[in-house]
Amino acid sequence: MTAPSQRALSRLTPVLTKRWLSPDAWRLDVYERLDGYTALRKALAAHPDDLIQLVKDSGLRGRGGAGFPTGLKWSFIPQDGKPHYLVVNADEGEPGTCKDLPLMMADPHSLVEGIIISAYAIRANNAFIYIRGEAVHAARRLRHAVNEAYAAGYLGKNILGSGFDLDLVVHSGAGAYICGEETALLDSLEGYRGQPRLKPPFPATHGLYGGPTVVNNVETICSIPYLVLGGAEWWRSMGTEKSPGPKIYSISGRVVNPGQYECSLGTTLRDLLELAGGMQPGHQLRFWTPGGSSTPLLTEEHLDLPLDFDSVAAAGSMLGTTAVQVFSDKDCPVYAAYRWIMFYAHESCGKCTPCREGNYWMVQVLRRILSGKGSHADLDLLLDACDNLLGRSFCALGDGATSCVTSSIKYFKQDYLDYIEGRKAPLLSPNEADLVGAH
Amino acid sequence: MMATHNVRGDEGNVREGEVRDEGRTTSGPPPLTDATREKAREIMARYPRGRERSALLPMLHLVQSEQGYITPEGIAFCAEMLGITKAQVAAVSTFYTMFKRRPTGDWLVSVCTNTMCGVLGGDKIYKTLSEYLGVGHDETTPDGKITLEHTECLAACDYAPVMTVNYEFFDRMDPDSALEVVQRLQNGERPTPTRGARLCTFREISRQLAGWADDREGAVGEGRAGEPTLAGNRLAERYGISVAGFDPSTPIRKAADAAEKGGSK
Repeated sequence: MTAPSQRALSRLTPVLTKRWLSPDAWRLDVYERLDGYTALRKALAAHPDDLIQLVKDSGLRGRGGAGFPTGLKWSFIPQDGKPHYLVVNADEGEPGTCKDLPLMMADPHSLVEGIIISAYAIRANNAFIYIRGEAVHAARRLRHAVNEAYAAGYLGKNILGSGFDLDLVVHSGAGAYICGEETALLDSLEGYRGQPRLKPPFPATHGLYGGPTVVNNVETICSIPYLVLGGAEWWRSMGTEKSPGPKIYSISGRVVNPGQYECSLGTTLRDLLELAGGMQPGHQLRFWTPGGSSTPLLTEEHLDLPLDFDSVAAAGSMLGTTAVQVFSDKDCPVYAAYRWIMFYAHESCGKCTPCREGNYWMVQVLRRILSGKGSHADLDLLLDACDNLLGRSFCALGDGATSCVTSSIKYFKQDYLDYIEGRKAPLLSPNEADLVGAH
Repeated sequence: MMATHNVRGDEGNVREGEVRDEGRTTSGPPPLTDATREKAREIMARYPRGRERSALLPMLHLVQSEQGYITPEGIAFCAEMLGITKAQVAAVSTFYTMFKRRPTGDWLVSVCTNTMCGVLGGDKIYKTLSEYLGVGHDETTPDGKITLEHTECLAACDYAPVMTVNYEFFDRMDPDSALEVVQRLQNGERPTPTRGARLCTFREISRQLAGWADDREGAVGEGRAGEPTLAGNRLAERYGISVAGFDPSTPIRKAADAAEKGGSK
């Protein structure tokens, strides 16, 4: 394997992932030896408003996909004496995304510490981690960490003599992608079907149990202890002006070394590919997602696009969760879109008609095309379905579903036409079409 | 099998698998007891007073930990504990993929067939296992041991293609290695997952999902981060890269000062 260039290596910023190299960092004693809970002590000595200001100054933006400024979100919480809640979104499930589970597995106390500091800042006495049900391996470590933290006085009443109380519950979901959407997550946490709520009002004023609530992603909350220790200026020494800090990029697919690469925000795919050992032999880059399947596909022409919130948006896609899925000339963009749309059809909660019906019908149309029975009108039909879906549902699941269809038709129309006009053999026989991904 | 049965209208009803064993005589799941009731109360106590309905999802996991799936009895149990209707409980239980409507095997084998795993071999793995076991999606072998399903993205794309047994990961599978895992399960063995702890049965893992710590000696420490998880770190270590300028004693500025400075910009 060729060594990565100095340029690519200089993008690496091991901050949140650094402790992963210590295999026992999940244990409280090891975590403490590695400076764990020092940020908490420092934070509890500060005024909560100063912490909110610190997060604002750092420019930290939410790591769950939307990139909303975290400090601003925190400052929306009305300080009017009602109970406040902090809810951590650990429902990782956006296809391609695989950063939060390894983080909670290797370093669960960093999330617990981040939660205590964040709850102190927004004056919440109840916090919840809503973790994806399937993630039993990470939940096991988290539950253990929470129990250790209670026993050590980091959770419960009068934390470290500060007068601040916090209860933290680890709540496992039950298999529903939609619960990664913050209001669906809140409904699910309240014991209902996970269906999104109409916004506004936003969770900051009407969230869990109708109270002021901050919902943040795991990686966002885990950034807080480092910010408290190192300060906003240090944080801003990484990343770009409008997307400061480090970010865990998850690289999967046709590369030599798929995995987690924590880099400065704004790292390009060219550099990420170098870090990941390049494309696998015999494979040439054809299409990729910058941040999960809900972000429009990009191609080789975007190799030098800085992967930060604004640059990716300007290129017509989204940074999302920095889930970089790399596909090659051996992979079919039409099949990829088909398989993703099956996913959205399965995961649509059914509340909004455009999403429930649009995805259902797009599966049928894509299946028809891949079975060699498509027509030219099918392409218009797909785009029409996307038009009726985008912006017409309560939440972003519907919007996200259109990304892979519109972007694959934009960049790879010829692949669709090859199936439609019979130049390519059907990928699915009617038989297989039933088998693959049937739900 | 149809693509969207969860979203097409009939979720509120209690359906086939749930009524099938109502008139059971000899076999069937063990009944829920006072001990179950006690556990359900423990779950409810985790949530703020007056917000006990939050306990519903963990309570349904609890039902599965005792009965292996969501039985009509389990639905009635949750409804009674929480003071809501059976229809309200069924509406929730049928919404979530992990709540099973039919008796589930000791070993729930889930193969990821979302796009990335699918193109890297997941589709083939699923097909291989389905043909070998003679069951389709969400179906259980006649001996009641193994339930097969294909799943959506399991958040392990850097280990693709993956499958799980009772949600513990088996990474970088191919049809042969996946078949071996299943055959070993059939032989009464417990193959070791790639990450996470040693296997336990579907009912045992459901107890953890209901919110209890894993009480098996040493289980919490089992499983180490795999190489893909550490890939970036390894490079940083090899080339001596760290982030400069980190000073943990950097003072936290007073918000008032910051506002002043912000105003003068």
